[in-house]
Amino acid sequence: MSEPVLSLSNAELSLSGNAGLVKILHGITLDVQSGESLGLIGPSGSGKSSLLMLMGGLEQATGGKVTALGQDLTAMSEDQLARFRREHMGVVFQSFHLIPTMTALENVATPLELAGKTDAFDRAMEELQAVGLESRADHYPSQMSGGEQQRVALARASAPRPDILLADEPTGNLDGSNGAAIIDLLFGLRDRHGATLVLVTHANDLASRCDRVVRLRDGRIDLQEAAA
Amino acid sequence: MSLSIAARFARRELRGGLRGFRIFLACLTLGVAAIAGVGSIRAGIEAGLTREGAALLGGDAEMEFTYRFASDDERAWIAKTADRVSEVADFRSMAVVGDERGLTQVKAVDDVYPLVGQVVLSPDMPLAQALDGENSLPGAVMERVLIDRMGLQVGRTFKLGTQEFYLSAVLLREPDSAASGFGLGPRTIVRTTALENSGLLVPGSLYETKYRLDLPDTADLEATKAAALEAFENKGVRWRDSRNGAPGIATFVERLGAFLVLVGLSGLAVGGVGVSAAVRAYLAGKTGVIATLRSLGAERRVIFQTYFLQIGALSLLGVCMGLILGGGVPVLLAPILTAQLPVPAVFSFYPEPLFEAAVYGLLTALIFTLWPLARTGEVRAATLFRDAMAGAKALPPLPYVLVTLALVGVLIGVAILFSGTLELTLWTAGGIIAALAVLTLAAFGIRRLSRRMRKATRGRPALRWAVAAIGGTRDEATPVVLSLGLGLAVLAAVGQIDGNLRQTISGNLPDVAPSYFFVDIQRDQMPGFLDRVENDPQVSRVQSAPMLRGVVARINDIPADQVAGDHWVVRGDRGITYAGALPENTTITAGEWWPEDYAGPPQISFAREEAAEIGLSLGDTITLNILGRDITGTITSFREVDFSTAGMGFVMAVNENALKGAPHSFIATVYAEEEAEAAILRDLANKYPNITAIRVRDAIDRVSVMLNGIASATSWGAAATLLTGFLVLIGAAAAGEQARSYEAAILKTLGASRGRILSSFALRAALLGAGAGLVALAAGITGGWAVSHFVMETDFTVIWPSALGIVSGGVIATLLAGLGFARRSLSTRPAQELRARE
Repeated sequence: MSEPVLSLSNAELSLSGNAGLVKILHGITLDVQSGESLGLIGPSGSGKSSLLMLMGGLEQATGGKVTALGQDLTAMSEDQLARFRREHMGVVFQSFHLIPTMTALENVATPLELAGKTDAFDRAMEELQAVGLESRADHYPSQMSGGEQQRVALARASAPRPDILLADEPTGNLDGSNGAAIIDLLFGLRDRHGATLVLVTHANDLASRCDRVVRLRDGRIDLQEAAA
Repeated sequence: MSLSIAARFARRELRGGLRGFRIFLACLTLGVAAIAGVGSIRAGIEAGLTREGAALLGGDAEMEFTYRFASDDERAWIAKTADRVSEVADFRSMAVVGDERGLTQVKAVDDVYPLVGQVVLSPDMPLAQALDGENSLPGAVMERVLIDRMGLQVGRTFKLGTQEFYLSAVLLREPDSAASGFGLGPRTIVRTTALENSGLLVPGSLYETKYRLDLPDTADLEATKAAALEAFENKGVRWRDSRNGAPGIATFVERLGAFLVLVGLSGLAVGGVGVSAAVRAYLAGKTGVIATLRSLGAERRVIFQTYFLQIGALSLLGVCMGLILGGGVPVLLAPILTAQLPVPAVFSFYPEPLFEAAVYGLLTALIFTLWPLARTGEVRAATLFRDAMAGAKALPPLPYVLVTLALVGVLIGVAILFSGTLELTLWTAGGIIAALAVLTLAAFGIRRLSRRMRKATRGRPALRWAVAAIGGTRDEATPVVLSLGLGLAVLAAVGQIDGNLRQTISGNLPDVAPSYFFVDIQRDQMPGFLDRVENDPQVSRVQSAPMLRGVVARINDIPADQVAGDHWVVRGDRGITYAGALPENTTITAGEWWPEDYAGPPQISFAREEAAEIGLSLGDTITLNILGRDITGTITSFREVDFSTAGMGFVMAVNENALKGAPHSFIATVYAEEEAEAAILRDLANKYPNITAIRVRDAIDRVSVMLNGIASATSWGAAATLLTGFLVLIGAAAAGEQARSYEAAILKTLGASRGRILSSFALRAALLGAGAGLVALAAGITGGWAVSHFVMETDFTVIWPSALGIVSGGVIATLLAGLGFARRSLSTRPAQELRARE
């Protein structure tokens, strides 16, 4: 078997808040293979999003080890992590997180610019066409609907052709039809580019579209099974 | 009813404390404090001048005569009126030590000088003892600066005219120095009796005599003044008394104070931008609360009143803090300020300047908070479910616009009332309003330009993000450009005006000005004098003319001040010349010059520009009081007189026969190569010890020193404006911190390094700072040009070092403020920031 794309070994995450130190994740051990799609499900507060953040290096594990493409994320600095994401990862959030001061086109072009692509804007426009938003290229996030914003976010995440696509409840803020369209797009992009996909979701039917489902409860893996 | 509910809501809102209002309070406090501080210092000096009036004047009252001592009748009147009298003669002369010569302002005194106060000498000794002298030579005391300049020492001798003096001590302080006005040379004090054989103080010499009167305790100053003016009508006497012992200084302090308060108003306007931004940001954060209140049935009026009361209470707090700071600092620093000031001052809490500052503060707070408060009416309950604020109008409803305009009118009216200078206040107010309008347009332009530059910056991510942020939907540019721009514009205007004034005085002037003015040349000395200078190959030009001094007493038989108001020609005495034939290079613009041997009733040729300013016509009569005698002449011609070259220029020339019998001396200007100046001075001073030479370069230096003081006072005022601007910048940076943290988190997620994000933040700040700096520079240069051109009527050139300093200052200020708040944005982990937004 080939080396996993993502590997967590006894990974832990504690966060300090007003109530003191809170342990979010308890010794998570998990491998994700290349090209696999993994659904992360579980009730609110179970640690799904936090686990995704660890995988993306957006959060530093407070224990254990997280590797991606064979590189130890826990040993990397903030800037090394940023560079790693730039080269290998795309992230989609529930709240879209588009940069409010940039147009749709500029938002999509940003990771390509960071990667030094000279054709960043041409490629960004292609990505917007792929999500059906070429006519909204010059619009600001505040001028677009939630569904449109999430399509822009999807285009932005997939523009650099990442090896790993991380999606945190991408339909959480959308209505049913918009949500379904986003999921179709997400899987379509992933299939087209052959990326590894980790999808956090509340919805079992969405998770079932993945190759494998992991269920979390109270910061621990409760169940791992291949999707039906 | 609604007001009481609003008051209750406002009280609850105030439970949130000062969170979100620190910059609001700082701006208001600083603006009010600057105005209160300037006003308090001015009031302190005015109180000091009043309290020390008698000491400043050297007596309860002073009667001044020009070019003559009081006659026996006049002396008798003075002796009858006063308990004690002191006679002082004041004139310029040359102190000579070997080959060294220095211009000095001589005060010749009697034995009772000073009537009030004390002369302080080093070594410490009574003045009388110092003036007694040594080795049968009369004594003198002199200011240190002249002693050092001439290499003189206490115990050595020097000459004034032909009289040798023994230097007994260094003059540290003379009690009546502040009342003496602007002197071209350092002070020397001698006894009048010691000058008898000096060749100085002869008929025709330029000097003033002052009779200081120690009046009985029961004397009524106003009645005594009236009696004196009646007794000495048409004698050219000038009266001053201890109610205003140093009128020149009092007027100067009043005018400078009024000007600085107006500069302070521009600071308050900058603060107003910060106040407005703070209220906007606060109310934006309250949108949810307001929408909730609206959904619960609160009317617009209740919402408006709630926040009006809350902001009103905080404004009062800011104003009070400003008053305590501005009123208290001068009191706390009283010992230091008193030691630094050349005039007496009594620092205390003066209600009038504090009231003035409070009124300015409250009006400014009202003007700048009304529009943001009006926006609360636009928040609908639907905002809770979607962004119902989007598409809100830029202008508030018409009543708010009208009330704001009315308040601006009231503020300008109040400023006119307080400053007492209609024109200056209107210019300042117009300047501030125009600058705010230009800066608002500029901010709009910068945002538009940033949007247009987006394509051009593709491929340079840090720059593109910076440009995107400036041109984006969140308006970061306006508060930065407004606050920093206005502060820098004031500083730029001050820099340009000051620089141009200096350049005119010390840069351009020496090229066209004469090297020396020689005064007190007696008629019989003129041939020898002209022989020495006209035959010197290094002298390019010599001009000479007889000179008398006189006061314009009446115009068409009406007191001059009633016709000409405060025009400088009728203030104090003026130089007057006479001539037979039309002098060379004279251009007559209207009327005719008199025939060379004209012997009829006196005729006057008046300077064209000044005549037009006063409103004089050919045929008008002017009554001049010269040496106590009235001479009335008819204006028969106007002529061009150029005062800007520092050459010889007389506002009035009279026909020769009318004046040549009066005692007078000659004045001459000599234009020579700089290297020849010393030899000319040495030869003439040796041959004619009574002649006084005024080196134009030295006079320019003295004027420059005085300008330094005014410029630095103005710069402090402008600096307060800039500091307020910087506070507003900090406020804007703080308000944008969350947005920047969010942007940084997303950019990190997308793979941007902290260095790259930081450079984008730095570029954003630098671009905005440079933009604000450039606009401020343009506004400052325009303002400077307007003042130079219209007010001072001097040529204008851009002072580039000052200009470049302004732009760099803008960049540095925004960089400091922007990057000061970047640390948290850069250090926060993306997940933390993004989770907070979920």
